[in-house]
Amino acid sequence: MKSIANEDLIGSKSMPHGNDVCQGPSSHSLNKKVTALVVEDNVVNQMIHKRLLSNLGIETQVVENGKEAVDLHHSGAVFDLILMDMEMPIMNGPEATRVLRAMGVRSKIVGVTAYSGDYEKRVFMDAGLDDYYEKPLTMAKLVSLLQELVDNN
Amino acid sequence: MCVQWGKSKIGLLQGFLDEQFIQLEELQDDANPNFVEEVVTLFYRDSTRLLLNIDQALEKSPLDFSKLDNYMHQFKGSSSSIGATKVNNECTHFREYCNAGNAEGCMSTFQQMKKEHATLRKKLEAYFQVSSICLVTFFSS
Repeated sequence: MKSIANEDLIGSKSMPHGNDVCQGPSSHSLNKKVTALVVEDNVVNQMIHKRLLSNLGIETQVVENGKEAVDLHHSGAVFDLILMDMEMPIMNGPEATRVLRAMGVRSKIVGVTAYSGDYEKRVFMDAGLDDYYEKPLTMAKLVSLLQELVDNN
Repeated sequence: MCVQWGKSKIGLLQGFLDEQFIQLEELQDDANPNFVEEVVTLFYRDSTRLLLNIDQALEKSPLDFSKLDNYMHQFKGSSSSIGATKVNNECTHFREYCNAGNAEGCMSTFQQMKKEHATLRKKLEAYFQVSSICLVTFFSS
């Protein structure tokens, strides 16, 4: 797994508000930028998740289903963080997560879904997620998630 | 002066949008000054397509409740991301009727949902107009 960016990513404990955007790692002397993959079929959520991550200086790619996420990894792409939606066409979140873990992907994979039932959560977590958040993803949830990423590396 | 505009801006949307909308506003900055409007535009493009699909699916007989539920799940995925409270509530009712196999319930809820969808659109158009007036006022003062 590539080295993770430093604590300055979340150095500013305050959340971004309007123009007061948290300066991402690109403005600091770092080894590398944190990278993220958004796996989501809904175009509105793609746009929002991408903006949330970009506002924190995270380099983000977006794919629209689990199969595209798997194909990306097959071609050698590596990400620090993967935000995985649950229900998607072609290959859904739980299946994509299982496949990625079987491939040896060690990235932090976080499920982001509208489903809040215990059974759905359990199935998704058992597929190999590190964590699970209910939609909509907010800046607060993302900051806390990224803080864990930094702390654990 | 812009504080007054700000208060009337929020007043326009109260009851129709929840704090998720405020989250979107907080993502807007100098580098992305039209972010909220872009998200809303995308929402209306995507949701209008889904409404058309649901309309067509409701004309079939017998109704395919599973397909309808699927469309509504996609719809709700977007509407909750912009914080559209009233629209979301109708989505929930619709899905309950789908699960119960209640065709009449689906149809009447769908009509209500389309009304809420259209009302919200007007509110948002007014909101963005007020926002741009405020900007013009600010920069010309």
